[in-house]
Amino acid sequence: MSKSVLLKSSLAKKYWMALTGLFLCLFLVGHLLGNLQLIFKAGEEGRRSFNEYAYFMAHNPLIKVMSYLTYISILFHAIDGILLTIENKKARPVNYAYNNPKANSRWESRNMALLGSLVLIFIASHMAHFWYKAKVKSDMKLHTISVSAPGSQEAQELYITTNGSYLPVQGVKVKNHTEFYEPTVDIKLGEGYKDLHSVVKAFFSGKETNGVPGNSLALAAVIFYVVSMIVLSYHLMHGFASAFQSLGLRHPKYTNLIANTGKIFAFVIPFAFAIIPVLLYIKG
Amino acid sequence: MAAKTINITLKIWRQKNSKTEGKLETYKLDNVSTASSFLEMLDQLNEQLINEQKEPVAFDHDCREGICGMCSLYINGRAHGPDTGTTTCQLHMRMFNDGDTIYVEPWRSRAFPIVKDLIVDRSAFDRIQQAGGFVSVNTSGRTMDANAIPVPKDDADKAFEAAACIGCGACVATCKNGSAMLFVGAKVSQYALLPQGQVEATQRALNMVRQMDEEGFGNCTNTGACEIECPKGISLDNIARLNREFLKASLKSEK
Repeated sequence: MSKSVLLKSSLAKKYWMALTGLFLCLFLVGHLLGNLQLIFKAGEEGRRSFNEYAYFMAHNPLIKVMSYLTYISILFHAIDGILLTIENKKARPVNYAYNNPKANSRWESRNMALLGSLVLIFIASHMAHFWYKAKVKSDMKLHTISVSAPGSQEAQELYITTNGSYLPVQGVKVKNHTEFYEPTVDIKLGEGYKDLHSVVKAFFSGKETNGVPGNSLALAAVIFYVVSMIVLSYHLMHGFASAFQSLGLRHPKYTNLIANTGKIFAFVIPFAFAIIPVLLYIKG
Repeated sequence: MAAKTINITLKIWRQKNSKTEGKLETYKLDNVSTASSFLEMLDQLNEQLINEQKEPVAFDHDCREGICGMCSLYINGRAHGPDTGTTTCQLHMRMFNDGDTIYVEPWRSRAFPIVKDLIVDRSAFDRIQQAGGFVSVNTSGRTMDANAIPVPKDDADKAFEAAACIGCGACVATCKNGSAMLFVGAKVSQYALLPQGQVEATQRALNMVRQMDEEGFGNCTNTGACEIECPKGISLDNIARLNREFLKASLKSEK
């Protein structure tokens, strides 16, 4: 009984909802810290540190485990949420002719399924634009820089490699999307960075960035992003504190602290996320 | 405040029995004293209906002093009407104005089927109670004095507050998910807080939640509406305690 109880009962569904939700809150913090590098460091230095960070995130084994946990959490949170919503609709087959729910509860607490669905749409579109390009399609341009020898007019394109060296674009063969090989003897020389930084910049600024064509719908992308963050903010406004309640973590000493932390979290995190594409659009 | 009389329009759910479809009927009722309770106003309406050779409106009521848990009614979109901390029998017509239209509907929940008009069958609550809302006592002739076991005052107070639940079902009626978590939370807490309740704590939490799920109540999404509408002010603390008790029980139980 015990085993099935921890999956099937109404309370267990809420425990899983809470645990996955709180894990996704942690993910938001991590993701935000990464994204902030897009605005804190400018120019080639910023581009390089961001691409190095993206490479680290894709290759560190611990991060890999975390990323799979994140995928599972998103799926589980969404499926569990849909199941709960269906059950809850069934629990009241006939609605009231006259209802006044705002007398006793907040709008966001009653519309978590709607808010969650909108967040899920955002995640799908967000992953299609960045995650899919980087991870699945893997045809993302590699990080190159253009240098010219002193006194020379002719610029040379160089790949930056993950071990800190530079390889001429003309002199190497690229295999498996990111690996550099000596063209004649086929020896691996190094690995390049995917230029995610330029992809993101081109996507939100609308301008051609290091060979990545600008997004003609950049303004729409920025607006969609900002609106999605407002939706996320409302979702967190209820979800953060609600997760603690579902797990039974309620105590006169800490309940207010949890509620206030939740409100601050729900405002600060989406706000910081939203400001990044806005700045990229304005600064170009 | 001196009592005056008001004229109102009522929109009341009429339904012959659980098998038939129901609908809202409109009634005009004049000269309602603002000093009368909501149920006295319905009595007045029923007298009018009987005089007109019509079927009176069926509604639940018993003690009419807010303690038995029999009265219900979803009035103008709120369980037990617009007042707070009161049952429908304690709601007075002074809360309404002359010319008001008042909607009166039964509790809406899959687990509370309509018996007739505004009366719903709340025996789902009884079955949840029977699944574990009790303490087994040895009655072989050497019954122990309950007061012989020391209970911390704070715990006794909290248990008492939880036990104040009259099982009216306003929490289910109000909850957008038709969840019975406030009721079950109160009933589990009442025993979880006392030493006498510890013996059966594991099975109580598991059995009461299982019965709650089987009855077709929805899942708690922590909107907090139940706490606001509860005529006895049962706190959300009790839902959190149920969440803890059930988690503990499902991790511990060998069954």
